[in-house]
Amino acid sequence: MTERSGVEVRLENLVRRYGAVTALDGLSLTIAPGELVALLGPSGCGKTTALRLLAGLEQSDEGRVVIAGQDVTDLPVNKRNIGMVFQAYSLFPHMVAWENVAFGLQMRHIGTAERKKRALDMLELVGLGRYAERYANQMSGGQQQRVALARALAIQPQVLLLDEPLSALDAKVRARLRDEIRRVQLEVGTTTLFVTHDQEEALAIADRVGVMQSGRLEQLGPPTEVYSRPATPFVADFVGLTNRIPGEVKFGGVEVRGTQLPLVQKDFPTGPAVALVRPEAVSIAGDGNTSSGPLVGTVIAVAFLGAVSRVTVDLGDIIVLAQLPTSAASDHPAGSKVRLALRPDPVLVDRHD
Amino acid sequence: MAVARRGVHRTRWIRLQVFRYAAFLFAAIFFLVPIGAMLEFSTRSNSGARTLEYWKSIVTFPDLIGTVGAPGQATGIVASLELALITSVVMLVLLVPTMVWVRLKLKRLNRIVEFICLLPLTIPAIVLVVGLFPMYIWLGSNFSDSILTLALAYVVLVLPYCYRTLDSGLGAIDVKTLSEAARSLGARWEQVMWRVIAPNISNAILNATLLSVALVLGEYTIANNLLYNNLQVELVHLGRTNAGVSIAVAVASLLFAFVLLIAISFVGGRPRRARPEAATKLGAGPVQGSAG
Repeated sequence: MTERSGVEVRLENLVRRYGAVTALDGLSLTIAPGELVALLGPSGCGKTTALRLLAGLEQSDEGRVVIAGQDVTDLPVNKRNIGMVFQAYSLFPHMVAWENVAFGLQMRHIGTAERKKRALDMLELVGLGRYAERYANQMSGGQQQRVALARALAIQPQVLLLDEPLSALDAKVRARLRDEIRRVQLEVGTTTLFVTHDQEEALAIADRVGVMQSGRLEQLGPPTEVYSRPATPFVADFVGLTNRIPGEVKFGGVEVRGTQLPLVQKDFPTGPAVALVRPEAVSIAGDGNTSSGPLVGTVIAVAFLGAVSRVTVDLGDIIVLAQLPTSAASDHPAGSKVRLALRPDPVLVDRHD
Repeated sequence: MAVARRGVHRTRWIRLQVFRYAAFLFAAIFFLVPIGAMLEFSTRSNSGARTLEYWKSIVTFPDLIGTVGAPGQATGIVASLELALITSVVMLVLLVPTMVWVRLKLKRLNRIVEFICLLPLTIPAIVLVVGLFPMYIWLGSNFSDSILTLALAYVVLVLPYCYRTLDSGLGAIDVKTLSEAARSLGARWEQVMWRVIAPNISNAILNATLLSVALVLGEYTIANNLLYNNLQVELVHLGRTNAGVSIAVAVASLLFAFVLLIAISFVGGRPRRARPEAATKLGAGPVQGSAG
């Protein structure tokens, strides 16, 4: 369809301030050619600002944007050769789907026949060849975003920018379109920056995930690493569910309710701390009626999630979540006493609340 | 039960229809009776016989149609038409990009721009003339004393109405996202305006144009007080010398304005819409189902 067009993208020490608020505080990020990096973070963390600076829709106060070795910091958006899919539906309402896709080609003075052919090819790529003559108001939200993707890719951009393109869609369409975006991105090989606040989306689609907070990149790494070895308490808290269980740092580890767990942060000072334990690292070791101890409690809820279930256990002073195979969780209905066990994975600790 | 409910619905529907026709009839009488009376007056001679004399003599009045004074200087209806055209064009060129720019880049100025645009609404035309008079004296002696300079005052006059119309048009689309999308695809700002924003507010642009044309064609106070002869001023002059011709011209200009407005709405007011058959298919077919 289109030749692989991936280029390296570098954001170097980007700073963006809005009055007294610093939206981006020295962000540096390098995206390899053809790579898909997802920026993940809560509202106001600066991820969309980073994307808009890369697009050229806003100007940075400090730092550089380098695309394919060329400094484009001062280049206006229409000269950057980037493709962008927006959060809001952005198809031009007065044009049919193929005209929308061909718009960028028209701006590049490509002849009518050629641009129509290329537009139709792109619509085929996103599976909407049949809808070429449809207006935006004749398409569903998912279809509109696919046309927007085709439109962004039709100009064979050096970089593809996706600004929460799935957030306005319902869950089922979102999951399907997410996979579709990844398939198309792999097919065309365009370097892509994907911005989202949905961790599931980011972890599912990206080669690497960058977690942002307060204008800074907290961690950048492959999805499995970000999930299983979070670099900071914020990442552990934001990505996936986390139990915050009080304990004490001593002997190079952390003692949590009688269980000694290894530490991720080797230099954490000795004393009281809060261990961040994933629900999947918590298991039910046995019946709590016949035993006692700091990890014995009462099941207060069981949430069925399909192949796994999430069991909420009240340990008296705190509530702990455990994620178990549904078959195992069904043996422990709400009200039953259970004894929990903690898997001895290295855990992050945070200062005591 | 169902039959009784259907009966109630039918009664309501009939009442609604009666009300609609009654309202329409009332509005029609309100508008058509004076025009009919004017038509009647302008087609009757002093002796009471039916005549088209006044209507035929319209074209022979040089102050109304044709040129007087300096060569090429239009008066009456031609001047008003030229003024309507210039006013509409200047108003659109001034207002549309400004409003879009304020929406995109200077949101905090939105209230101020709105206030400035709506201000002429609160100033009586005669007060406006007092303010404009020194400027027109200066314009006349340093630049031009053409009647077409009235367009400057008329742009101010039509500003509130056109601002409101364009504002509602721009409010109906996501100007920011559309323009950013177009920019990211390589469009320059003028291309964004011409190819993306304007087609999507075409109805608002058309309505603003209709309003400015109607206002300019009916304007009397400013032209008369600044000593220019536009259509309305000529009509008044005419009325003082020949009442029959004056009424004939008034009816003719009214009909002309109607025809002009309808013509403009037909020429410019046809935005591309979804074909009904395609839209119908959407409701029943697999399109929605295959979304995603």
